[in-house]
Amino acid sequence: MSTSTAAPPTVVNFTVDGRQLSAPPGTLLIDACKRAGIEIPAFCYYEGYSLQAACRMCLVEVEKMPKLQTACTLPVMEGMIVRSETEQIHKARKGTLEFLLTNHPLDCPVCDKGGECELQDMVFRYGAGESRFTEIKNHEPERQWSPVVFYDPARCILCYRCVRACNEGMGVGALGVTNRGVVSEIAPNMVDHLDCDECGACIDICPVGALTSNTYRYKTRPWEMQHVGTVCTHCSNGCKTTLGVRNDEIVRGNNRDRSGINGEFLCVKGRYGFDVSTNEERVTSPMIRINGKLEAVSWSKALGFVAEKFRSVSTAGGSFGVVAGPHLTNEELFYLQKFTRAGLKTSNLDHARSGDLVTLLDALSGKTDALATSDDCYNTKAALVIGSDLSQQHPFLAFQLRADVRHHKANIYTVTPGPVREAKYSAQSIEVPVGGEFDALRNLTETLKGEQELVILFGDSIKGQRVRDLVEWASGLGIPVKYVCLVDYSNSRGAMDMGVMPNLLPGYEVDPHPGMSLGQMLSHETLDVLWVVGANPLRGKTLASKQAFVVTQTMFLEETSERADVVFPSASAYEKNGTVTNVTGQVQRLKAAVRTMGAKTDLEICGLLAKELGLAVEIGVWSHDVVFKEIHKSVRGYNVPLPILITGGAAATNPVNGRVAVDVRIEDIQSAGDTLFTSGELGRYSKLLTSVPEFPGALYKR
Amino acid sequence: MFNEPHPDEVRIITKRFGLPNSASIDTYLAHEGYVAFMKAAEMTPEAIIEELKVSSLRGRGGAGFPTGLKWSFIPRDNPKPKYVVVNADESEPGTCKDRLLIENDPHQLIEGCLIAARTIGCKLGYIYIRGEYRYLIDIMDKALAEAYAHGYLGKNIKGTGIDFDLYTHSGAGAYECGEESALLESLEGKRGVPRIRPPFPAVSGLYASPTVLNNVETFCSVPAILRMGGQAYADLGTPKNGGTRMLCVSGHVNRPGVYEIPLGFSMQKMIYDVCGGIRGGKKLKAVIPGGSSSPVLKADECDFPMDYDNYARMKTMAGSGGMMVMDEDTDIVKVALRTMRFYAHESCGWCIPCREGTTWLRKILTRMDEGTGRRADIDLIHELAKNMLGRTFCPLGDAAAMPTIGFVEKFREEFEARLRETVVPVTSPDQLIAIG
Ligand SMILES: Cc1cc2nc3c(=O)[nH]c(=O)nc-3n(C[C@H](O)[C@H](O)[C@H](O)COP(=O)(O)O)c2cc1C
Ligand code: SF4
Ligand code: SF4
Ligand code: SF4
Ligand code: FES
Repeated sequence: MSTSTAAPPTVVNFTVDGRQLSAPPGTLLIDACKRAGIEIPAFCYYEGYSLQAACRMCLVEVEKMPKLQTACTLPVMEGMIVRSETEQIHKARKGTLEFLLTNHPLDCPVCDKGGECELQDMVFRYGAGESRFTEIKNHEPERQWSPVVFYDPARCILCYRCVRACNEGMGVGALGVTNRGVVSEIAPNMVDHLDCDECGACIDICPVGALTSNTYRYKTRPWEMQHVGTVCTHCSNGCKTTLGVRNDEIVRGNNRDRSGINGEFLCVKGRYGFDVSTNEERVTSPMIRINGKLEAVSWSKALGFVAEKFRSVSTAGGSFGVVAGPHLTNEELFYLQKFTRAGLKTSNLDHARSGDLVTLLDALSGKTDALATSDDCYNTKAALVIGSDLSQQHPFLAFQLRADVRHHKANIYTVTPGPVREAKYSAQSIEVPVGGEFDALRNLTETLKGEQELVILFGDSIKGQRVRDLVEWASGLGIPVKYVCLVDYSNSRGAMDMGVMPNLLPGYEVDPHPGMSLGQMLSHETLDVLWVVGANPLRGKTLASKQAFVVTQTMFLEETSERADVVFPSASAYEKNGTVTNVTGQVQRLKAAVRTMGAKTDLEICGLLAKELGLAVEIGVWSHDVVFKEIHKSVRGYNVPLPILITGGAAATNPVNGRVAVDVRIEDIQSAGDTLFTSGELGRYSKLLTSVPEFPGALYKR
Repeated sequence: MFNEPHPDEVRIITKRFGLPNSASIDTYLAHEGYVAFMKAAEMTPEAIIEELKVSSLRGRGGAGFPTGLKWSFIPRDNPKPKYVVVNADESEPGTCKDRLLIENDPHQLIEGCLIAARTIGCKLGYIYIRGEYRYLIDIMDKALAEAYAHGYLGKNIKGTGIDFDLYTHSGAGAYECGEESALLESLEGKRGVPRIRPPFPAVSGLYASPTVLNNVETFCSVPAILRMGGQAYADLGTPKNGGTRMLCVSGHVNRPGVYEIPLGFSMQKMIYDVCGGIRGGKKLKAVIPGGSSSPVLKADECDFPMDYDNYARMKTMAGSGGMMVMDEDTDIVKVALRTMRFYAHESCGWCIPCREGTTWLRKILTRMDEGTGRRADIDLIHELAKNMLGRTFCPLGDAAAMPTIGFVEKFREEFEARLRETVVPVTSPDQLIAIG
């Protein structure tokens, strides 16, 4: 046996509390124990973030080491003998808790965290409930740092989790420590307030009630809520969020159980943007325009009125245009396209398109495994972002890349029109004027050839022929490449997959009778009916047809409603069941968390209309699970494992691998360019989002 | 500024003290200045390290780690730049030697740094000077300018092919920034809190690069070692405790001051001969031998040869050489309180036991001193200090706990006596709560 060529060991064997364990070299003792079901208490240690060794709760005995050791900083070593539950250790932990409680206010009865507080749990476990501290506690008043964040220094145990979540996780670095010794506290970047992403990650990660959120504080106790696992309804990234609901009101969003693709990540919209559903401007009754004014009417009257109009236009051979919103569920979109094609006998059907996935699929025809998932964004050795301010527009994907850099030392490259946060940790960042992105790529060709693999994320400046050029250029790199075609909203991807396009049927099958695109419908001077479902196409645009009968299903009386003849109150995504597909093609289940009086889901409204028109039998039952079964069976790529979906997971859809030979009108493809604090139509009606005073991106714009 | 020398001293690193213009490069050059560096330039790094090992020089900053061994840990094949950092943060209560070394002989320190740079192949160094020592920064900067002007710093120093730049950097008033890893954080422009170790500075120090970090006095001892030879230096002291060190004697002695004595010098002789005995003919009560962090010694424990190993045998520490002598009238409860006030004020706050423990102890000791202590408080003080000991992130927590444990264990009767005084008018809510 040769010793010089011996490979480094792949496992290390050690003993904890008499149990033989093994783990890969380099594993921290605290993690190795956790995996074996041995819980070592910890406040400051947090998987995925840098080590602090500050709280001293994780002390364990290690044979041959004189002092107690912190399990959170000690890598396992061959033959190491560890004891994690001895009397000495219990005494140490109890002693540390006693220290901690000296200046901690005992206001559990009014503290938001009561019931899910890690300090409470720990005191319960180690029995440090009785205090020998008879002095006066230090106290500092509570502070509000932003529309979202409140800080109570007295409750803070200085675990520095918030500091790391903000700096390492979010790439923002708005939190730090000020003062020293016993009067140390966490401080915001603007001295007395925060200028940051307002994502609330700091609040979420705080083990105690030191950081609290404006939306949740003093509203409820954790055990008084129902917890509804659903998907964020804002951007296309598809973060899972667990909504805390009390008395039919959503009071918080988080993902503490890390049950989704996003782990604990949520941006400000996912965590706090749910207040759109309780905005008092919500439409709560159907309305018909009578003498130029929208008047509330009954459902049956409105449905009858629309059905009547549809029937007569149909009989007269008139033209229909149908526009769907990118926030609808797959079921609603599928049902609507079926309604349009089979019921209204037209393919004048579209949605506001924000990325050219269609050309990408065509250009990738024959290549397998070429679309990246959100996991790939975390695991890839290199990523290239083209023409998107990822941290603003795709917060979760940006988070994945940051984590990839931290944990896997990935190389990130950006080619963007302006400064982007990714530049802070990228291997190379190039700024070019809009439209110049593709040409600038050539500067990276040689560097990228040296990478082992690449995920390319591109925005709406790469469309049409440019997409084909990009794929050709990337093929020339000689390394495996995967793509993410960036699109805007929570179900922009589903709208394409479900065939809500004038020339493609569900599953990207070519429509033999293509219809008008959204742009064409709006400029069509003799359009007879414009039916809008969950969208606002007339914002900043006019409808050329004066004669068009306009029906809209909406939550708010926006620009399209101003032109509408009939308005139906629709339910928000927090109020419906179904599925949505995110930007990386992962389909997840949306779950109704609350109900709003008067509103119906778009699926139900479409179903009732179909019934009214006598089309119900042909189009089918308007129940989301029945429609999903049909999607599962008939739409290419959606034959996903059902248990994943049912248990609240994300199932990767497998889109076509073959030609998608249609003409793409690139003028129809335009991202809305949302920021962290905007969310198209929805964002306008979120009081919280509009209350955030900062300039989005100011943190890294020079 | 230097006290009267004493004939028992062995003046190696203070030998130029008292010369006219002792801080100038001319004086330095006239008295063997930079001779050791020119010698080092001819030696291999291994030979220099060997010489240091033979000298058995141990760190003078507090921990007493063998300096030759420390320098040998620098991975010289590491492609990163290497750094030399001088710890001139001198903040340990009772310690005032580094300031004299800089004030009276700054070039000796520069030469020590140059030799370190030569040994580890480093081009850049920093002298981190305690913020309150503002005036020393001026002295040091002047000396650095002279060294540059005379070609002892900068490029190709004296034709040796060695490049070395050296700068001063001001601390900002935190005792904790004398702890080596906190110092490095502070030097990098960050908050002065300690780092997780390992890795140690020798492997990953300033800007995550290999760094030699030593106390001022340690660096100052190096030129002499190369001049006289490691063995001759070692022979000045006791086995494994080579050379001389500066002892800063304060308190109730007739001649307080800073004296350079060989290691292994008798503590009795130090107090009664060198320092002229206890002031006013009083009796000795106790000695804090090595800065406020070292556990106290009772009068009957104060007769041993002062080298690192014997301090350890006495269950205390050589520390930073700050020796505080207390006579029979000294109030130990007050000493304990004063000490804890310092640590509570200086705790950086990073870890729980030190952050909360020091302040809690300060509050109890305050009550004790005010006469509202309860009998249970004495054991509580002892137990809280034990709860801190060995469980904090950096040694500051231990430094606060160890002396406190010593005070209670060795002078328990003084704490008890304070209980009996009692009946003090209640003047603060602190007291009310304590009584209730
Ligand atoms: C709280 C604390 C404060 C310290 N302050 C100083 C100091 O002011 N000066 C110093 O040289 N060493 C100080 N030290 C020791 C340093 O951490 C380090 O051990 C020393 O500078 C190394 O140099 P040496 O090997 O030459 O002694 C301190 C240590 C602790 C824990
Ligand atoms: S605010 Fe919360 S998360 Fe931040 S340091 Fe304090 S206790 Fe930890
Ligand atoms: S990144 Fe997108 S999906 Fe995730 S929480 Fe934010 S808005 Fe919602
Ligand atoms: S023991 Fe802890 S709190 Fe005290 S100075 Fe060291 S790191 Fe800071
Ligand atoms: S978890 Fe190890 S010190 Fe906090």
